[in-house]
Amino acid sequence: MTWVQVVFVLLGLVAVGSALLVVTTRNMVHAALWLVVTLGAVAGVYLVLAAEFLAWVQVLIYVGAVVVLLLFALMLTRAPTGPQTDLDARRALPAAGVALLVAAVLVTTVVAGFSEVTLDLDQAIVGSAEMTGATVFEKWVLPFEVLSVLLLAALIGAIVLSRADTAGAEDDEDAAAGSSDTADTADSRGRGGR
Amino acid sequence: MPLWWPLVLASLLFAIGVYAVLVRRNAVLVLMGVELMLNAVNINLVAFDAWFRDVLHGGQTLALFVIVIAAAEVGLALAIVLRVFRTHGHIEVDRLRELADRDLDPSTGSGRRELDRRGVR
Repeated sequence: MTWVQVVFVLLGLVAVGSALLVVTTRNMVHAALWLVVTLGAVAGVYLVLAAEFLAWVQVLIYVGAVVVLLLFALMLTRAPTGPQTDLDARRALPAAGVALLVAAVLVTTVVAGFSEVTLDLDQAIVGSAEMTGATVFEKWVLPFEVLSVLLLAALIGAIVLSRADTAGAEDDEDAAAGSSDTADTADSRGRGGR
Repeated sequence: MPLWWPLVLASLLFAIGVYAVLVRRNAVLVLMGVELMLNAVNINLVAFDAWFRDVLHGGQTLALFVIVIAAAEVGLALAIVLRVFRTHGHIEVDRLRELADRDLDPSTGSGRRELDRRGVR
């Protein structure tokens, strides 16, 4: 085994092990933090597979932004910080069976299909920032622009969804009881300021 | 390196994500499982990009696009999660049954409240 293969195997073990901890830990904040380890290991896998720019994007967007958003969501939904016993549904065993079946089908498929193929990483084109930028802006311009419109739509959607005073808010008030009170006070405070 | 090594790693991460989506009750933890599955797909794309070495660099570019779409998806999903928390006071996905076409569950009482609200007996 070359050192590249050793590094890859170690990164893969770290990724799978921490991913297992993400899905089994009883502490929600720990799950988010183990997700950081998984995503970092996946960024290392990208580096080994000659996708340099993608690795840094992974670190910036996933580890930097997505995990912080998840932690914010845990905080805003008042998730308890201690360990909890009721995070998993009672159907854990059949779910584990389904997941094992998925893993078995996928692994046998890819091993049967690609066991002969070797990846020559010395010859691979390194996806540096220059290379990726040239490819995106020369050959993938239209998907890139469509993606920017999609991001704008997602931004507007998120703003509309998280506004407190949309039309559906009044209907839900009696069902919401305590939790909507905070929203209402925040709303009235906003009106008073105006 | 054999090509199936990264592919097996991606398969395992995908299966772990499937397990999280199926078994977790908290919506944010379900989202973490979705993130794991998206990362598994990205590993596949990058591995095949390193194998094909085509001039379009399709694998890495599509992986980049998937990361962007995942960021948009997480933003929207968290807005929905906060909305659900505001209206229901919890974000446990197996207790959110207002849209389920099934008999009322007496143990959780969910669904009854919704029918009471509408005046259905």
